[in-house]
Amino acid sequence: QDCTFFTRKEILRLHGRYYEMAPNVVPMDYTRDPDVKLPMQLIINMPELKENPFKERIVESFSEDGEGSLSFNDFVDMFSVLSEMAPRELKAIYAFKIYDFNTDNFICKADLEKTLNKLTREELTAEEITLVCEKVIEEADMDGDGKLGFADFENMISKAPDFLSTFHIRI
Amino acid sequence: DGSDVDNEESSAAENDDNVKGTDKGGKKTTPRTRRGRGRGRGRHGGEEDEEDEDGTRRAGHRRNRNRRGRGRAAENEGNDSDGGAEKDRKNQTNQKSKEDDGDEEDEKGGRSGKGKNEKKQDKKPDKKGKKEKANKKKKDKKKSASGSDSDSEEEPITEEELAKLKEEVEEKKKLIATLRNKPWKMKKKLSVLKEAQLFVEKFEGALGKGKGKKFYAYKVMMTKKWMKFQRDFENFKTACIPWEMKIKEIESHFGSSVASYFIFLRWMYGINMILFGLTFGLVMVPEALMGKPYGSLPRKTVPRAEEATAMNFATLWDFSGFAQYSVLFYGYYNNQRTIGWLKFRMPLSYFLVGVGTIGYSFMIVIRTMAKNANDDGGGDDTSFNFSWKMFTSWDYLIGNPETADNKFASITTSFKEAIVEEQESRKEENIHLTRFLRVLANFLALCTLAGSGYLIFFVVRRSQKFALEGLENYGWWERNEVNMVMSLLGMFCPTLFDVISSLENYHPRIALRWQLGRIFALFLGNLYTFIIALMDEINLKARYLLPFTIFNMYLEEKIVKYNMTIWEASLYNGTIPENSTAPPIEVDPADVPRGPCWETMVGQEFVRLTVSDTMTTYITILIGDFLRAVFVRFFNYCWCWDLEYGFPSYSEFDISGNVLGLIFNQGMIWMGSFYAPCLPAINVFRLHTSMYLQCWAVMCCNVPQERVFKASRSNNFYMAMLLFILFLSTLPAVYTIVSIPPSFDCGPFSGKTRMFEVISETLEHDFPSWFGKVFGYASNPGLILPFILLMVLSIYYLNATSKSYKEANLELKKKLQSVRNR
Repeated sequence: QDCTFFTRKEILRLHGRYYEMAPNVVPMDYTRDPDVKLPMQLIINMPELKENPFKERIVESFSEDGEGSLSFNDFVDMFSVLSEMAPRELKAIYAFKIYDFNTDNFICKADLEKTLNKLTREELTAEEITLVCEKVIEEADMDGDGKLGFADFENMISKAPDFLSTFHIRI
Repeated sequence: DGSDVDNEESSAAENDDNVKGTDKGGKKTTPRTRRGRGRGRGRHGGEEDEEDEDGTRRAGHRRNRNRRGRGRAAENEGNDSDGGAEKDRKNQTNQKSKEDDGDEEDEKGGRSGKGKNEKKQDKKPDKKGKKEKANKKKKDKKKSASGSDSDSEEEPITEEELAKLKEEVEEKKKLIATLRNKPWKMKKKLSVLKEAQLFVEKFEGALGKGKGKKFYAYKVMMTKKWMKFQRDFENFKTACIPWEMKIKEIESHFGSSVASYFIFLRWMYGINMILFGLTFGLVMVPEALMGKPYGSLPRKTVPRAEEATAMNFATLWDFSGFAQYSVLFYGYYNNQRTIGWLKFRMPLSYFLVGVGTIGYSFMIVIRTMAKNANDDGGGDDTSFNFSWKMFTSWDYLIGNPETADNKFASITTSFKEAIVEEQESRKEENIHLTRFLRVLANFLALCTLAGSGYLIFFVVRRSQKFALEGLENYGWWERNEVNMVMSLLGMFCPTLFDVISSLENYHPRIALRWQLGRIFALFLGNLYTFIIALMDEINLKARYLLPFTIFNMYLEEKIVKYNMTIWEASLYNGTIPENSTAPPIEVDPADVPRGPCWETMVGQEFVRLTVSDTMTTYITILIGDFLRAVFVRFFNYCWCWDLEYGFPSYSEFDISGNVLGLIFNQGMIWMGSFYAPCLPAINVFRLHTSMYLQCWAVMCCNVPQERVFKASRSNNFYMAMLLFILFLSTLPAVYTIVSIPPSFDCGPFSGKTRMFEVISETLEHDFPSWFGKVFGYASNPGLILPFILLMVLSIYYLNATSKSYKEANLELKKKLQSVRNR
């Protein structure tokens, strides 16, 4: 309970959800500290994540092996960061990881294009996409390297009024 | 044997991904072991606790573990003397674990682990008892020790080492407290946590060594107990929040703006519960339990004339008859200074509860506003328009495919809009047309408002006319005309406003604000027209067409008193000629002629209004939403055009109407609760049922809005309106308390010239005399005026400082901009 923003009851409830995703694999009793991981496919089918265009990225950034399989620890961690009690800085760190598709610690133009396509389900034309990505880099890039480092991202997102309320999953 | 197990442990610990709980492997009180066990415990801490509480087996298991641990400790003790090899191995593995965990914090832990190791070995025998106790509870403390490497058991801990130790303990404690904010993987966090907790356990005793160790240990234990209690209390509090799952469901289907209405409703429910608690516990219950029972006093009895119909359902529904002469209304309360064996001061309590409910409401509304204002922060920056659109437009709460579709569409549209705006320079065309349309829309809205005000006034005048001619001649409609007209206006005008606002072509959030503002003005106008009508009615009930209500009531009072003396005299006439030493005559209270009781009347009106408002809302939901949905669903097959996309279609959830309804309902409660203590109770009941009904209606009959927008910052808007309404509703009550004399024949203040005199009376009788003197000095205008002046000055000062802060903020932003553009 010290490591997350959840109360005991909530952690138990989370365990229930984790369990019902794969009852034959997940043990009810965690005292022996089993090493059980659920694959990404199961997790992104959760109702809370199903409609999210970034579900794969979310799961990948919280998984230990980077492949998207979550142990219960990572599961709790993920929902703890996405809960409404997590502070802005922590959420910003993970948001950066999520939007960084090629995991190079920078959000480059390609990452932006991918994000935009996921957001609009590819309804925008190519030139519109280019325009938007250019505008974003123009607005947020402070150090002028043509891509967003974590500092740029954090600076931009800390001023966003909606960030805390949208980057939030209730479970 | 020990070393074998040691090996096992080290290999287990090294395997980062595969930390088996070392519970089975025998309890070794080495740091790693405990860490492993702790990890198992900590990770699934909740479950362990549960097991702790109900599973005797597990508790026994753990106790066994501890005992085994102690056994091992004894073993290790033996190994200590030649513990070199062991230590080395431990150091090795500690080092490895240091590498594995390689963060700055961890380094400290690792290093400390190394140095700790020896210390731990040494201290083990001393701390066994403490450890066992500590192990049984959840640890929140961490100890850190680094650097204090080389002490063996024989050397006493020096002062400076003690101080260093303390410092590091504090540091580790802070680390534990902020652990959840660190962006590490859970495993790392857990290991750091356990390590630090271990150390805290170990060294708690050490710190207290030499100086009142027992006391220190006791203090430490109490702090631990207190932290555990706090955590349990927090857990309990979150368990108490009602309706969480319902709201979550609604949020995922309809987005956060609709859910914000329900969150607001839940908050209101909380406030009303507290108000209910106050009025019920401090006013209604004492009177019911300790006051004179029904029928003992004239004011507590149904008059003879009304007795026949007193129990009819119709009368009860109308809140007269038995309902009127009960604790529900002002008139029942007796003006005795103290009642019952507890000497409960009823009038004082009534007065203070009335004032207290208003004060509490003010406080909590302002506190919530301040909290919301803090969250908002930021400001209206448009410098990151596109970036924000890209990274914050998706609402992660959405879990429903339909809503998701809507959201995708709206995001796309919003991007296209922004792109268009960016690509062309300002579109000058049609700005005049837009302006003209907006002016026209406002004009129409004003006309509607004026029309509704006039309609209410007209209807009220008509009802006065009816009343003059006697209500019996008219049917149900005429009798309830005022209430019905007000409710109908409340139903149809907002829709009208909605249609008008489509002319204006604003962003939906701004359109919502305008809508809210107009409906607000509508309800306000209605309410105040209603109050004016009420005052007229009071006038009317007195049946004298004199212009001044107060003079009117005063006159009436005199007349009734005169009538009563005559009536009394008539009673005596039959028995005793002189009236000087006449023994009291037993008269049935129901027969005593009664004076007017305007407070109860006002209370009744408010209660009736609330009830009819509730009924209207429910019926509107049922008809407007449910029947419409049923109609569209089932008649779609046999209708010419597609009902679901065409005219009626399913309704959207009307946020503005509902929010305002809620706020105005609350305003009525605040206004009326002084005269009818039962109002908060009725409201609690109403909100409770309303929550369930509306949740069901929303899920069943409504569709998500076309343009899903966020509810950000609307919260403070609702709060501001609530504050305004609160202020307005307390005005009438305060006015009556201060300037109108209470009815002489009913209520807890009867007989006094002003209601607030109960305070001075209490001061005289119940407090020691010096208190009264002090109060007298304090209420001297010479003291009050400077005080008011001081407050005004401090408000001005705070305002000025906040303005200067804002300006400094803007300056900094500008500087940042210029740095960026360089």
